[in-house]
Amino acid sequence: MPKVTVDGQEIEVPNGATVLQACELAGKEIPRFCYHERLSIAGNCRMCLVEVKPGPPKPQASCALPATEGQEIRTDSEMVKKAREGVLEFLLINHPLDCPICDQGGECDLQDQTLFYGRGASRYHENKRAVTEKYMGPLIKTIMTRCIHCTRCVRFSEEIAGVDEIGALYRGEDMQITTYLEQAASHELSANVIDLCPVGALTSRPFSFEARPWELKKTLSIDVSDATGANIRVDSRGREVLRILPRNNDDVNEEWISDKGRFQADGLIRRRLDRVWIRRGGKLEAALWDDAFAMIAGVNAGSSVAALAGDLLDCETMFAAKKLLGALGSNLIESRQTGMAYDVSNLAGVNFNTSLAEIENADTILIVGSHVRWEAPLLNVRLRKAVKRGAKVFIVGPQWDPTYAAEFLGEDAGVFHDLPSHVTEAFGQAERPAVIVGAGGLVAGALGPALAFAQQHNLVRDGWNGFNVVHTAAARMGALMLGFAQKGGMADIVAAQPKLVLSLGADEVDYSQFPGALKVYIGHHGDKGAHAADIILPASAFTEKAGTYVNTEGRVQFSDKAVFAPGDAREDWTILRALADTLGVSIGFDSFDQLRATMIAEVPALGQEGLAHYGALPLAPRGARATGAIAYPIKDFYLTNPIARASETLQRCSAELLHGQDFAEAAE
Amino acid sequence: MAERAIAQDTPELRARWGNFAWSAENVAKAKEIVGRYPEGRSRSAVMPLLFLAQYQVGAETNTQGWLPIPVMEFIADYLGMPVIRVLEVATFYTMYNLAPVGRYHVQVCGTTPCMLRGSDDLIEACYRRGMRKGHTSPDGLWTFTEVECMGNCASAPMVQINDDNYEDLTVERLDHILNELVAGRQPKTGTQEPGRHTVEPIGGPTTLTDMVSDNHDYRGEWG
Repeated sequence: MPKVTVDGQEIEVPNGATVLQACELAGKEIPRFCYHERLSIAGNCRMCLVEVKPGPPKPQASCALPATEGQEIRTDSEMVKKAREGVLEFLLINHPLDCPICDQGGECDLQDQTLFYGRGASRYHENKRAVTEKYMGPLIKTIMTRCIHCTRCVRFSEEIAGVDEIGALYRGEDMQITTYLEQAASHELSANVIDLCPVGALTSRPFSFEARPWELKKTLSIDVSDATGANIRVDSRGREVLRILPRNNDDVNEEWISDKGRFQADGLIRRRLDRVWIRRGGKLEAALWDDAFAMIAGVNAGSSVAALAGDLLDCETMFAAKKLLGALGSNLIESRQTGMAYDVSNLAGVNFNTSLAEIENADTILIVGSHVRWEAPLLNVRLRKAVKRGAKVFIVGPQWDPTYAAEFLGEDAGVFHDLPSHVTEAFGQAERPAVIVGAGGLVAGALGPALAFAQQHNLVRDGWNGFNVVHTAAARMGALMLGFAQKGGMADIVAAQPKLVLSLGADEVDYSQFPGALKVYIGHHGDKGAHAADIILPASAFTEKAGTYVNTEGRVQFSDKAVFAPGDAREDWTILRALADTLGVSIGFDSFDQLRATMIAEVPALGQEGLAHYGALPLAPRGARATGAIAYPIKDFYLTNPIARASETLQRCSAELLHGQDFAEAAE
Repeated sequence: MAERAIAQDTPELRARWGNFAWSAENVAKAKEIVGRYPEGRSRSAVMPLLFLAQYQVGAETNTQGWLPIPVMEFIADYLGMPVIRVLEVATFYTMYNLAPVGRYHVQVCGTTPCMLRGSDDLIEACYRRGMRKGHTSPDGLWTFTEVECMGNCASAPMVQINDDNYEDLTVERLDHILNELVAGRQPKTGTQEPGRHTVEPIGGPTTLTDMVSDNHDYRGEWG
């Protein structure tokens, strides 16, 4: 623990800290462009210059200089001030002064730092360098003349994403950042370079020229595009969500989000259900709430009613539905839309117990039936880190490109029962072994065998729980905590032949299984569920209601309401509350706060932000065997939920990046 | 510098170079080069291999050679590294030609010592023959580049043509060299100053003069 002096203030810094980190610990702001906490140190922007004694009598780049005992660091001297002015003047030599038309304006590191540390005027009268535009795909807009060569994007794609797709060509002032042959950046996290770019060189293509950052209302929210529950900030203006940005949360998403989570924002204003529809003679007709409610009451379903929860739901909506059905005397609630029927009697057995942050420390990992890159891109980032630290990864399932060294053991789930000896040996020697069961594994019946595997190899040990299930739906863990599961899964619901089916945004259900039922779709997008429905009640998307979400590791998180739902659409719980009145039952709450309080009273874990505790792992069922070829549930990464399917941006991503359609012309 | 750009990736280029592979002798050479680096560090061989590939392309096209995109992809594949990283190296170093060059790649040094000794006149002489900076002449004979210091300041001004240096140039001497090359003859390389062998002082040595003919022990003369 070296002691250093920063501007006369003596502080102790951790071993291995840099001078820049020491200055930050002392509360001094050090301007920087290329340095980023989560990327390797490049030291090429020179903005973080400070004066350090002992050392050469010149300013030094603090980001790349280790802090050592007895250093005297000055961040406020005349030399530092001059150095910063000099660096900024050099950076601005070739930077266009187009802030008024630049999308980064208002949240630009270069703009801010020039304001605080610059000398106010340029002495440069020569021609500026210009760089031709580069095509980087449908998500990233490039104005490469603005690039200051910090190489954050290059380091991100190489180190975090693990796909070397961005590079710096040529040299000196001719240096250009580009993808290979200007191919589209196609990694699921590629758009994070937009946030990383300290200037306006890489900006969001869908968000270009939409708004200035200071006109946007910022709401803290949770991403629902997958089950990792990434923390996001929803930027809205008026009634429209304009963009979604990641928030820092080291336990969940660090500071990245997937491209799907980021760019499904434009799906929130397309294909929306903004009025009530009733199907008459096979055709949907616009109707009034009262007509719809009367029709629902007219079925006289009694207790023969089922509620199916979709993948994007908040816990409050599901709890309200559960209460409604409970009041009606029914317990037909299910959230696993595609018919999965794994055992949920102990939630520890279907949880990502290691936690997303801890899985980085695993040293031997077996993935059973999960295309992690598509099912949970942010988890894949963690796994990549684990491999960088020396972890061995084995995967049962069809091939995909993990971006790290991994061994595929075979496509058939049966491989799980007959693991090669080097795999079992690796687990025998492992200190922190982990197994990860994905949706493909759950379908193939690998959950029971995985539990047996966990017992056999002692995956739960002191301070370590290596048994993990990774879900694909943001609502799944919340739904399971609320009891949205039948023993036999969807088949039980079908067997009960309910007269009334309430579909809460459930778009993946095969509704032909309910031929005789009145199907009421309470959701926000005109997608598969709405196509099959007899009555459509317009509800709110995740940005239009406050809610509680539980991610795949059992982390309870809260999200706020950013905008109002369009047209006649209401918050989901109010629809269910009104339905209770229509059906003549009481469900015990009249406001959102009451609803939340009732829910927390019944499931206390949902009231506490952070990891829920599910207790010890269940015992493995005897003789459970996984069989059959594993199939991954996600066929198209960009179009997995109704919001994403409605998004033009993601439709184009799917067409261009996954199906090879050529849009190069449209890119100038 | 600024004229450097990667040759366009066209179907014709792919058709011409798409099936590039090491020639019989280069197979062994490439293996030897990769063998110089420790296991798992074969990426380090990217520079010598790019050079080897450039020479092979040169042998096939009877020029100094250059690096078409499919060739760089071949190297990336050979070393198991991302193409963009190969491209970064190839575009960084100016000795890798990114576009086809003519029969003779004339590289005139224009850095200060050569400039003081008249490199501007040499450049003008090259221009008179139809060469243009960064371009190949229409007859495919010349590619002209102005380069930075090649380390021959003691015999400035100098020109490098393909792999040979020609030093102590004047416009007449350069013209003579270029004429010889056009005629298909190999002119004398190195210094063009009559009586000079390498970069010893013109007019004979000025120091250690006693050492010229045989070994001489100076130690007794130190005072």
